[in-house]
Amino acid sequence: MSKVPYEVYTEEVEALSVLSPDGEIINKDKLPKLTDDQLKEIMYRMVFTRTWDDRAVNLGRQGRLGFYAPVSGQEATMIGSEYALQKEDFIAPGYRDIPQIVWHGLPLYQAFLYSRGHQHGGQVPDGVNVLMPQIIIGAQILHAMGIAMGFKLKKQKQVAITYTGDGGSSEGDFYEGLNYAGVYKLPVIFFVQNNGYAITTPFSKQTAALSIAHKAVAAGIKGVKIDGMDVLAVIKAVQEAAERGRNGEGATLIEAVTYRFRPHSLSDDASKYRSKEEEGEWNAKDPIARFAKYLEKKGLWTEEDTARVKEEAKAKVNEEIKKAEKTEKMTISGLIDSMFESTPKHLEEQKADFK
Amino acid sequence: MAQMNMKEAIRDALRVELKRDPNVLLFGEDVGHVGGVFRATEGLQKEFGEERVFDTPLAESAIGGLAVGLGVQGFRPVAEIQFVGFIFEALDQMAIQASRMRYRSGGRYNSPIVFRTPFGGGVKAAELHTDSLEGLLAQTPGIKVVVPSNPYDAKGLMIAAIRDNDPVFFMEHLNLYHAFRAEVPEDDYTVELGKANVVREGSDVTIITYGLMVHTSVKAADELEKTKGIKVEIIDLRTVSPIDIDTIVASIQKTNRAIVVQEAQKSSGVAAEVIAQINEKAILHLEAPVLRVAGPDTVYPFAQIEDTWLPTPTRIIDAVNKVLEF
Ligand SMILES: Cc1ncc(C[n+]2csc(CCOP(=O)(O)OP(=O)(O)O)c2C)c(N)n1
Repeated sequence: MSKVPYEVYTEEVEALSVLSPDGEIINKDKLPKLTDDQLKEIMYRMVFTRTWDDRAVNLGRQGRLGFYAPVSGQEATMIGSEYALQKEDFIAPGYRDIPQIVWHGLPLYQAFLYSRGHQHGGQVPDGVNVLMPQIIIGAQILHAMGIAMGFKLKKQKQVAITYTGDGGSSEGDFYEGLNYAGVYKLPVIFFVQNNGYAITTPFSKQTAALSIAHKAVAAGIKGVKIDGMDVLAVIKAVQEAAERGRNGEGATLIEAVTYRFRPHSLSDDASKYRSKEEEGEWNAKDPIARFAKYLEKKGLWTEEDTARVKEEAKAKVNEEIKKAEKTEKMTISGLIDSMFESTPKHLEEQKADFK
Repeated sequence: MAQMNMKEAIRDALRVELKRDPNVLLFGEDVGHVGGVFRATEGLQKEFGEERVFDTPLAESAIGGLAVGLGVQGFRPVAEIQFVGFIFEALDQMAIQASRMRYRSGGRYNSPIVFRTPFGGGVKAAELHTDSLEGLLAQTPGIKVVVPSNPYDAKGLMIAAIRDNDPVFFMEHLNLYHAFRAEVPEDDYTVELGKANVVREGSDVTIITYGLMVHTSVKAADELEKTKGIKVEIIDLRTVSPIDIDTIVASIQKTNRAIVVQEAQKSSGVAAEVIAQINEKAILHLEAPVLRVAGPDTVYPFAQIEDTWLPTPTRIIDAVNKVLEF
């Protein structure tokens, strides 16, 4: 059995896995407590998200979506980490982290509107604790840190989680956020999805550190490295981090080693910087296939289930994209009115230029 | 009423708001225990506790981002950037994150933040401690930029800024912190953001200015009146974004001549914006072009020659004479 590297210091660490690639439990101690229904729900969400991603790529090609960053391959990190949270916890996502905010309550059609540059996309419904996706790499890390301080000041036992990539872990804001969270002992989880590339730059050119998880040491917070293709490891790590946050034990940095099967965005060509062999190796670690094997062995999931969820997801995506397309267009005067709580006179006057 | 200098007036405003609203938080580098490098927040941590008034680690982007996150949580952060030259480290959080939160979220979240920073020349401070960067921020949509020129305004504008649900960048001139005392009410009152003040009435020419330059302009106006009987009207913008063009136009309708005085470098800044708006709204009332008296377009030369670099009464008088003789 692999050793569990929950404490990260200066040696190379091995990432925590709970499931083997064949869907066998290899780390019983770290198996999260989940009912059969919960296990099925997690699988449902992962299959749904994969289908939605496939559809989104097509919709993008048809010009029906705007900027879209594919997620296939990262379902375990995205779905698992959100599933481990409570509804009251807060999510501050990067631009790729749309599944997390949708499963946390943002209606799917609004995610499509966001992609299409419609500001209603970011108009999160009351009671849904998420921010809209962040384009400036790292900025959201600081927002999560501030939101976590808000929870602490209000004496609420909630946590904030924020996501970035291996590239994002090089930003100054990342270090500033970790450091503040350490100083103020904030209930925040910094979740780095290390998918090996920042656009085209490989991890080896991103940092000379042995792992991103190591960077927690300098901030005086907890750092862990996990297998990001193993949804159960993700859930366990986030559950533990959330519990630490709720108990006043402070922040956690989680590095999840994962892979995105598609290029960085719809306008990139991954074959320019990734080899077929590498892609093949990671395909063999597909988080959905691995989890499916586990569930099939437990008699909780079949191929028919997958097919059924795919159909459901396709229908839902179609419905939601239509809803996005039918949403009234933004107007310049609406845009002008959204700059300030009450529109100053000079802006009122500028509306006249667009009548 | 009490006699206060501008620093005391700002501190008083912060105290009033900390007391009135438990959501107001004050933080930045060194603001807590000692009350900031200028002691502007002195005593406030003692009075309101370390949860409300606190020191941060030395990282400006994080100060800005902390403010944005707390704003989302319903707090009203007053975040200090220790000196103006260090706002660049925080500029993403101020000029991109805070300023467009309302837009990005379709109104779901806002940024009820005040970013405070000392700035302004003539005090022989270190490099990058004094530059006038208000024009840079004024070009940012979604943010208001305030530059008070006296204790009364400073307190009223600060209270208004804290109560405003949009981000306000509040610039405190170093040379005005201790310059003079004035009557300041001890209770709470506001001075409306975006509203200029006619600080001196006149009929011959209008000077539009803000911050320390209000006082330099008053010196020039006194001199012009004494030596030549010229009656200068002086408008203190108080808020450099948005600009109160109505007050300016009303004045120009009366005087038909104007100059704009700013400490900042000449090009593309607040003065240029004022003149552009005058051009749009009052050109037919003008008898002469509107001139600018400003710093030259160089880096700010801290210490050595700042006294000649900054606009002086003499340069202002020259500009006034030019527009009168045009
Ligand atoms: C501050 C900033 N710099 C650069 C970019 C351009 N950019 C967009 S995505 C990206 C790479 C991000 O890589 P990573 O953080 O590893 O996330 P991934 O895309 O792999 O999920 C870059 C450089 C940006 N959006 N923001």
